[in-house]
Amino acid sequence: MLGRTANDIYWLARYVERAENMARLIEVGYRIALLPREGEDYTEEWRSTLASAGCADAYFARHETLNTRDVINFLLFDCENPSSIQTCLSKARRSGRAQRIALTRDMWEALNDAWIEFSGIRPVDVTANELPRILDWIRSRSALYRGAMLNTILRNDTYYFSQIGTFLERADNTARILDVKYYVLLPEVEMIGSGVDNVQWGAILRSVSAHRSYRWVYRQSFNPWRIAQYLIFHRAMPRSLRACYDEAMSSLDGLAQLCGERHACHETAMETKRILVESDIDNVFQSGLHEFLLDFIGRNNRAGREIAEAYHFVG
Amino acid sequence: MRAAFDEMNGLGGEVRSPYLDVAEWLGTQKVDDLKRKVIEAETLFRRTGITFAVYDSQDSSERLIPFDIIPRIISASEWRRLSIGIEQRVRALNAFMYDLYHRQEIIKAGRIPEELIINNSAFVPEMIGAKPPRGIYSHIVGVDIVRTGENDFFVLEDNTRTPSGVSYMLENRETMMHMFPDLFARNRVSPIEDYPENLLKTLESVVPTDVDEEPTIALLTPGIYNSAYFEHSFLADQMGVELVEGQDLFVLDGALQMKTTLGPKRVHVLYRRIDDEFLDPLVFRPDSVLGVPGLFDLYRAGRVAIVNAPGAGIADDKAIYSYIPEIIQFYTGRAPILKNVPTYNCRKADDLAYVLDNISELVVKEVHGSGGYGMLVGPTASKEELEGFRKKLEANPDNYIAQPTLALSTCPTLVNAGVAPRHLDLRPFALFGDRFRLVPGGLTRVALKEGSLVVNSSQGGGTKDTWVLQD
Repeated sequence: MLGRTANDIYWLARYVERAENMARLIEVGYRIALLPREGEDYTEEWRSTLASAGCADAYFARHETLNTRDVINFLLFDCENPSSIQTCLSKARRSGRAQRIALTRDMWEALNDAWIEFSGIRPVDVTANELPRILDWIRSRSALYRGAMLNTILRNDTYYFSQIGTFLERADNTARILDVKYYVLLPEVEMIGSGVDNVQWGAILRSVSAHRSYRWVYRQSFNPWRIAQYLIFHRAMPRSLRACYDEAMSSLDGLAQLCGERHACHETAMETKRILVESDIDNVFQSGLHEFLLDFIGRNNRAGREIAEAYHFVG
Repeated sequence: MRAAFDEMNGLGGEVRSPYLDVAEWLGTQKVDDLKRKVIEAETLFRRTGITFAVYDSQDSSERLIPFDIIPRIISASEWRRLSIGIEQRVRALNAFMYDLYHRQEIIKAGRIPEELIINNSAFVPEMIGAKPPRGIYSHIVGVDIVRTGENDFFVLEDNTRTPSGVSYMLENRETMMHMFPDLFARNRVSPIEDYPENLLKTLESVVPTDVDEEPTIALLTPGIYNSAYFEHSFLADQMGVELVEGQDLFVLDGALQMKTTLGPKRVHVLYRRIDDEFLDPLVFRPDSVLGVPGLFDLYRAGRVAIVNAPGAGIADDKAIYSYIPEIIQFYTGRAPILKNVPTYNCRKADDLAYVLDNISELVVKEVHGSGGYGMLVGPTASKEELEGFRKKLEANPDNYIAQPTLALSTCPTLVNAGVAPRHLDLRPFALFGDRFRLVPGGLTRVALKEGSLVVNSSQGGGTKDTWVLQD
């Protein structure tokens, strides 16, 4: 496979995953912005949404104040925002078009249809009543693309690069959501019980579509210690760091087998996975949740850079 | 201008025999239903991504080439004549190029003026003495043919560089079979689906001779912003060959290599869809980023085949065009089977004088123009346009040729007001490698504006499915 093809396939998967995560973040932020509250300003919620999306600086370069309308437009449509849904879909479609041959017909049509339909949505169409429908639609498009990929693609390098892209992106997203809200998860907070409530904890879980599954797994009410445990270490939770690394590692191993060679990226990812398998939430809280997450995000980025190097990504 | 010959109705008598069934079918269709079908087809095209970009257009979005659902039909006997005429041209043009880049017998014989070749920007001196595999320069030729009467076919242009449009020929057929299967059940339409297979065989037939591994064939595209990108990716996909850009290729160990996830991999045949001048910045345009530094040396050393060969544009140069009957005679010893359109070379004083006097009845073209840009259609031009062209001709006569305005044949076409005749042409795609191959069909382009003779898609032309009937 051409290095440029591998590069496009990998980033195509990342951008589709990012668009879906973005839709989820907007949904949660909007939900909280709608809640009745006394005195307290909802703009803090939007600030942390932007931070989770990794685009707070880009936002404030373009807007002076935080308000729901501007934030939503910025996250959905702004071409200057490297992570807006518009940017994600258009970059994903551009990569897909460049690699039309590597994609199956089902994958291409899922992608192209999403892009065509999204291009038809104007900011003025996004009314308060329409927003949830549009966000649902974006998530369903992402699911459709992934479903098409999983159902139709040969289990060869295209599949592996696509999976690796998806799970590195997802791990990054989950780690960022946790990091932005890490202070509401610290055990002391539970003790103090001040200003933080179920809403915040619920919001974290909702951001990774885990608020229902949490109850099925733990059969208890939200508890910050368990939330962190669930999103970092639980292998059954499909957006946990552990689950992402199980998947990414299995595709990296598949690639190594196909190519007959292991690279630095394999070592880096193995080491990260080892930490996720061997450590636990007590250790993490001892050494510091924030430090743990920063370290993880750094390792995850390094794995991405090493993959690009090992497989001669061009473009 | 007299009434044009109509592919369905001739000069207005009875329906011509190839169209009997389609004419009857058309009579039973409601215009609104047909229009709905067109929308259905266009949705299909958009989903599949069959779009193209227009050069010089402010609006960078992708467009569809309008698709007309009334087919253009050619009888078996008409096709037989066209195909032997095309084969004759393709063989003669390749012999001509071999001669030009070797002994130049035709110049020595005084049949074509030397300065017309030597000073021609389409002539690539770096190709002199090069030995392309099988001595072939133009492996893929798109011959533009127009019709003016029952038995009058003319070749308007031989596209010997990198002719495009074949993906539309194939997709138009897919779409028609999908929408109107019953029409195909009632008419014996020759299949064209072998084209990608034939193209692959042609490419495989020019693999360098020193190769003992499984040869790798790649299609070189300028990238996704090129107007024909869909076609590049479509053909690579249909043939199962790599689709590469210049940035994917480099020269190493005396071979052309592509950068794969496993490291370098040798490429043996390059079907290039970029122009000569961009192929190799060390030999041609130094600022080109679309090509591969060192490619041309490899080619001359016989380490890689380039299809079509560099310098193949000399055979479709508009200044050479009027000599083609002479060229065919010279290399085949026979008269041309397909006629040329009478052409005035404005570089000749007599011709220029005639063109200036009769400009309002002529079509004037730039020698190096293509795609319908920089062209004047005298009978439909305004006074200002005529005057403007007159000045250009006087200033730079070498740059222009002129031809009588042909009454291109028409075919019933679905337009806003209903079904109406529109002018069209035909581009069959010939392949030449280990043998000559021609699938029975081609791309029919149709001018959608009433009375317009410009069929180019860049000028708003559409396309039709093209049927060659079997006996």
